[in-house]
Amino acid sequence: MNTEAVKAIYKNEMRRTRNTLLQSIAAPVISTALYFVVFGSAIGSRIESVEGVAYGAFIVPGLMMLSLLTQSISNASFGIFFPKFTGTIYEVMSAPVSFFEILLGYVGAAATKSFILGVLILITATFFVDLRIAHPFWMIGFFLLTCVTFSLFGFIIGLWADNFEKLQLIPSLIITPLVFLGGSFYSVDMLPAFWQKISLLNPVLYLISGFRWSFFEVSDVQVGISLSMILLFLLVCIAIVWAMFRTGYKLKP
Amino acid sequence: MTERKTIVSVKGLTKTYDNGHQALKGIDLDIQEGEILALLGPNGAGKTTLISTICGLVSPSDGSVSVAGFDIIKDFRKTRELIGLVPQELTLGAFDKVINTVSFSRGLYGKPADTALIDNLLDELSLGDKKHSMVQQLSGGMKRRVLIAKALSHEPRVLFLDEPTAGVDVELRKDMWAIVERLRQSGVTIILTTHYIEEAEEIADRVGIISGGELLELEEKQILMSKLGKKRLVIELKNPVDALPAELDEYGLTLSGDGTKLTYTFDARQERTGMTSLLSNIATAGLVVKDLNTQQSSLEDIFVDIVAAEA
Ligand SMILES: Nc1ncnc2c1ncn2[C@@H]1O[C@H](COP(=O)(O)OP(=O)(O)OP(=O)(O)O)[C@@H](O)[C@H]1O
Ligand SMILES: [Mg+2]
Repeated sequence: MNTEAVKAIYKNEMRRTRNTLLQSIAAPVISTALYFVVFGSAIGSRIESVEGVAYGAFIVPGLMMLSLLTQSISNASFGIFFPKFTGTIYEVMSAPVSFFEILLGYVGAAATKSFILGVLILITATFFVDLRIAHPFWMIGFFLLTCVTFSLFGFIIGLWADNFEKLQLIPSLIITPLVFLGGSFYSVDMLPAFWQKISLLNPVLYLISGFRWSFFEVSDVQVGISLSMILLFLLVCIAIVWAMFRTGYKLKP
Repeated sequence: MTERKTIVSVKGLTKTYDNGHQALKGIDLDIQEGEILALLGPNGAGKTTLISTICGLVSPSDGSVSVAGFDIIKDFRKTRELIGLVPQELTLGAFDKVINTVSFSRGLYGKPADTALIDNLLDELSLGDKKHSMVQQLSGGMKRRVLIAKALSHEPRVLFLDEPTAGVDVELRKDMWAIVERLRQSGVTIILTTHYIEEAEEIADRVGIISGGELLELEEKQILMSKLGKKRLVIELKNPVDALPAELDEYGLTLSGDGTKLTYTFDARQERTGMTSLLSNIATAGLVVKDLNTQQSSLEDIFVDIVAAEA
């Protein structure tokens, strides 16, 4: 195991974040604050509570998930796409580094960034609403698992994409709609029966539901199912990455 | 030279790209430890493909490569640790500081950070004052130096330089060769590709000529030049002549403008060069020879000849 290389990639990626601090951390925090102002305060003041939870607080887990998912994917996909695009990937590819170590460096850094971001959003949230976390360990568990899984997913997209359009395609066409329709801002119970059924096909629903449960003990689906879903998705991502690694996917002519 | 150890051994290496283009057609090449090997070849000959395959950037279609006895695929960690690569393209992350990108390279190769070593390296490459500059603010030649610093950051035993002097001014080129010379002194094996034949002639121990994915020639520079080289015999006459005498028609001589110099080109590989009969015919024609002088053809002439013969 070439730990120095993993460290080097990790540190390099984290440095890139520091250089673009405004874009990678400040921007998502500001947009989350705006969500609180618009949804939490403006609209939330008209909605008493959802399942006994003040609306402003109710949307916190969903908002965190929204940022974690989109930012994990964009960080990780960009992290590997950029060196591919500029050609600097040659260096990693000709170094005594295994695919697994490359993965560890890039995905680890992307997941760390998401984690920091999530913590910042949580802190931001406490300025707007009263928060209590019923099951802190589960909360951290879902939190970490989401960061890692979606960073891995982003890494796959970054490897797969050979142009900027493809890089944006999945996040904007699939992930964003799924997150918005996954109950970030509402409980699925609020929907008509038909749409409730449809919503159950949305994997992100399970994620948000489980995460929200760890805060308020209210959920759309059972927490066990939520956990199984995210673990399943993690396994799928690992399987895809493993298959890519076997074939040297798109990295070597 | 021949008693030296082989450090890189390429056997029957072929590469067919996904689009069906066969860029390497069975290359056999042994590179000796500590030598400077120049690979010459026209655009698209397969030089970069060959280097990239040895470095692990391109997967071989067939054949094998070993470095210091280790297979480049099975023992990729061992072989790559020994290798440094300066790519043909100026590929550098735009937003990095020089010092960071060079340290990053060292880390990738599994070596612990070593500030003193990196500082030394940067000084040696006249990058000392650019240490904290952003890479994108450097000139092309400076970027090339940064790439060299990156390739040397993990103290490789074998260095590949893919057209290191493309687009580089005379000054930097001289510096570059000084660096190459210093590396050679320390026992580093150097493989470089170049389009400047004078360069190969100046610094290489051996020269390989690649064209159309095949290694057409691989020889020590002097042997290649004498073996393949045409020679020119320049005959200076005591008294100028207006035209070539008929006795000398068969030799294809050229006469200089002032009528005092005859140039005879012959193939040094041939058993009979025709020189003796030429000289006696000159005497028969009544010309008096003042001076004789033979010249070796340059690598450039040889190169053009070989590639033309293949085409
Ligand atoms: N990724 C690729 N896919 C398909 N064909 C390729 C690829 N890379 C190179 N080739 C082709 O393989 C041949 C050899 O290319 P290579 O880059 O090895 O040549 P070269 O000798 O380095 O040329 P130059 O002197 O221009 O750098 C060329 O015909 C090139 O078009
Ligand atoms: Mg080339």
